[in-house]
Amino acid sequence: MKNVLVVDDSPMIRRIAKKILEELNFKTSEAEDGQKALAAVSASMPDAILLDWNMPVMDGLEFLVNLRQMPNGATPKVLFCTTESDVKHITRAMQAGADEYIMKPFNKQIVKSKFEEVGLG
Amino acid sequence: MSQAFTALQSFLLKSSGLSLDRDKQYLVEARLDPVMQQVGLKSLAELVARLEADRSLAKKVTEAMTVNETFFFRDRAPFDGFRDAILAELLNARARTRKIRLWSAACSTGQEPYSLAMILDEEARKLAGWSVDIVASDIADSVLKRAREGVYTHFEAQRGVPMSHLVRYFTKRKDQWAINQNIKARVEFRQQNLMADFSSFGVFDVIFCRNVLIYFAPEQKRNVLARLARALAPDGYLVLGAAESVIGYSTEFRPHDENRVILTRRGRDEVALPRGALC
Repeated sequence: MKNVLVVDDSPMIRRIAKKILEELNFKTSEAEDGQKALAAVSASMPDAILLDWNMPVMDGLEFLVNLRQMPNGATPKVLFCTTESDVKHITRAMQAGADEYIMKPFNKQIVKSKFEEVGLG
Repeated sequence: MSQAFTALQSFLLKSSGLSLDRDKQYLVEARLDPVMQQVGLKSLAELVARLEADRSLAKKVTEAMTVNETFFFRDRAPFDGFRDAILAELLNARARTRKIRLWSAACSTGQEPYSLAMILDEEARKLAGWSVDIVASDIADSVLKRAREGVYTHFEAQRGVPMSHLVRYFTKRKDQWAINQNIKARVEFRQQNLMADFSSFGVFDVIFCRNVLIYFAPEQKRNVLARLARALAPDGYLVLGAAESVIGYSTEFRPHDENRVILTRRGRDEVALPRGALC
């Protein structure tokens, strides 16, 4: 079973994402900001990361840039999951090494289709 | 089963080839209630009684009952097959004429033909100097209108569209995503009932007719498949839905050697195997 780290400061979003991902047969863990997510991936690198953009302490983009510089940091598929939905943000995410981009609000079909897109269907 | 339901069944079969099973009573209510409210009718019996004489009502009923669910790059495999097998082979087979014609039959709100148009754009370098037509048709004017507009909701645009394609082929308009003009211009939309004569469309190299035949009764399936075969070049390709098969309905097609979701025409001298032998 593949591991997905859900990084979002909203407990409600984490709960919804966890439920959807478990229905899609993923194992999940959670972090509430970029810094905690960095600690989590240092301890154990997941197969994929569902990543919010705007979070306190360290935002999603900064986390991603840090992640991609870590040893093994290129391995996990990173899917942004954010309310930021303009082309500028999507492009910045792609350039920083994101694999896919989910715009909130999302549903199970979108999550499923995006995970398939990165080869974790 | 009510008399009105039986009458509706036979109307739909005749008008659109749609086979309405007895267990679909719930579907009738869910889909026809808005129509009945709109025109101020109280029961299915009243509605059915007016179908014969009222053509605009008949059209509304057909549109409401036909299934319109679709999404970009639906099931992926047929689109990968289109790019990797079909297009690659046609680039050889049509090297002299440099002309390819595609038909997305029952295109609903346009996601299928636009997905094909995006693939063609990605392959533009190989297709330099070629002319590729995409004809897209549907029975329902209401979905064709949306297809021509090419504006999709937040949910529709995300389902099946990779982020690289979203950025490249769509423009954000408030909360919606509009398909770009260069992709839109590649597709010609036409209203067409598959039960009616479509021979004026001409001959195609590829026909996508996905998740349509499953709603047709056996006789209608045979009829449509026979006419689709005539609308297809002898070395053309037919792509059906993931759960669809021609077995028992047509002997004119066989699975592609490398890609099972694609069908090719059976050669004239090929002996058709007995029904059920090709699985």
